[in-house]
Amino acid sequence: MITRREVEHVARLARLHFEDEELERLQPELSQIIDYVQQLAELDLSGLEPTSHAVALKNVFRPDVPVPGLTQEEAMSNGPDVERGQFVVPKIG
Amino acid sequence: MHLDEATVLDLTAHRCRELLQTGEISSTELTRLYLDRIAAVDDSVKSYLLVDEQGALAQAAAVDAKPRSERKPWEGVPIGLKDIFCVKGMETTCGSRILKGYHPPYDATIVAKLREAGLVFLGKLNMDEFAMGSSTENSAFQTTHNPWDLDRVPGGSSGGSAACVAAAEAPWTLGTDTGGSIRQPASLCGVVGLKPTYGAVSRYGLVAFASSLDQIGPLTRDVKDAAALLDLIAGRDPRDSTSIGLPEPVGIPIRTDLEGLRFGVIKEFVGDACEAGVREVFDSTVDTILQLGGVCEEVSLPSVERGIAAYYLIAPSEASSNLARFDGVRYGHRTSGAADLYDMYTHTRSEGFGPEVKRRIMIGTYALSAGYYDAYYAQAQRTRTLIIRDFESAFERFDYLISPTSPSVAFKIGEKTADPLAMYLSDLCTIPVNLAGLPGISLPGGFSEGLPVGVQIIGPHFSEKGMLGAAHAIEQKLRLPLVPPLAEVAR
Repeated sequence: MITRREVEHVARLARLHFEDEELERLQPELSQIIDYVQQLAELDLSGLEPTSHAVALKNVFRPDVPVPGLTQEEAMSNGPDVERGQFVVPKIG
Repeated sequence: MHLDEATVLDLTAHRCRELLQTGEISSTELTRLYLDRIAAVDDSVKSYLLVDEQGALAQAAAVDAKPRSERKPWEGVPIGLKDIFCVKGMETTCGSRILKGYHPPYDATIVAKLREAGLVFLGKLNMDEFAMGSSTENSAFQTTHNPWDLDRVPGGSSGGSAACVAAAEAPWTLGTDTGGSIRQPASLCGVVGLKPTYGAVSRYGLVAFASSLDQIGPLTRDVKDAAALLDLIAGRDPRDSTSIGLPEPVGIPIRTDLEGLRFGVIKEFVGDACEAGVREVFDSTVDTILQLGGVCEEVSLPSVERGIAAYYLIAPSEASSNLARFDGVRYGHRTSGAADLYDMYTHTRSEGFGPEVKRRIMIGTYALSAGYYDAYYAQAQRTRTLIIRDFESAFERFDYLISPTSPSVAFKIGEKTADPLAMYLSDLCTIPVNLAGLPGISLPGGFSEGLPVGVQIIGPHFSEKGMLGAAHAIEQKLRLPLVPPLAEVAR
């Protein structure tokens, strides 16, 4: 079960905005999913290591040699607002 | 030899290669054949988001200008790509409004490999937005229809890639599989779908969904093509530090018997969870395996029933982190008229993402938020360890494990959209394979209600070569008629 207030809090963390009627729909949907996954919280898994990566990998190293990459122009070519090699954004708060 | 629309219907990539090598057809003629086919049927199927007619014909003309003796083996064979791969200069949306108009300044590693091999890119294929879905109904742009019954879904998230091959709008395509997104649509569309071992294929230039699960793989008309396409894309890549490659090329599968091979039938995937028609096809595939000299015995993997719960914590958690990059600053959609930066982020993301993507970002953000991490994400990762152990102990007794790929045949468009959890539960048989990083293949096993039913073979890590050999033996024994009625009508 996840409350309406919690949904609003999580939306702020996720940088998402929902209208009131969306929140009405989302709260029971998320609750249903959270209740379903809740079955894991009830398992006793103490002593088991968590797996973050299913295939054993060692640290991967390579020589620190420069290789050609994107130009600044290419890297910024999809920017919605670009000026003199910089991304333009609205003022902060 | 004259190739017409009827010939294209069951043309494999291998056959395309032969026709090109013997000079019976030019790459331009072959490419034109597929472009004509797309023009004829894609209004009904809607598998392509973008058809690059000019680019494809230019690539084909360049191949034709070379003497045949100087061409590489697959040069001039066309292919379709899921719209999740970056292709330099070609719009890549990932099925999302937030990436509408995005033109990648670079090629994904697999795209660069295919380019180097001389393949012709027909275009980009529809998908669930950010690969989140099991029906392709979550695409922001269009719903793809199953060529076997246009009222039904093709599966997802690589539904465009599967429907495209089934409808013969490309000889083969590439998709991605995070929880079954190659195998399930392959099953529902009657084609072969291979999810390689985690790490077999580089993911550089793939739009990331859940990084500990995502893997790229082929959708094809037969097992031989799946093997060939895997060899074209596999390999370690310095630009993806999780990539390992394959121990050796898989080569062309030739096996026609299953003598000496032991198959474990996963008990948890064949019970009441499956439709009766799917179980019937699966049981007859077990008989086929026995006829070919293989041994089949039931095996229990008790923890896999927790797979969906673990997956729907791990995948959304990783997605909520991966999708944080879509903020309207460096690429993609940006809202207009925002008062400040926070407002810009929030409205850009709210306008750009669709409902399912928002749902998963919300679940992931919740699961990772302060106070919940241990109860949800860490617990899901421990469950993952349990699932891996169950598979490991099963592989001590069996060479391969088998199950239906999907518990049902293709469902009706709109049937499951109202209930997100019901849609999640349809991924029961495929999800644990991703959690354990194993290779899995879906191949057509038969029909129920006139719709294709796929059978899944699962192998130990990096067992693709043997797994494809076993799949080939079953395929050759079954010899199913795999041309959908849509194709018959167009004929």
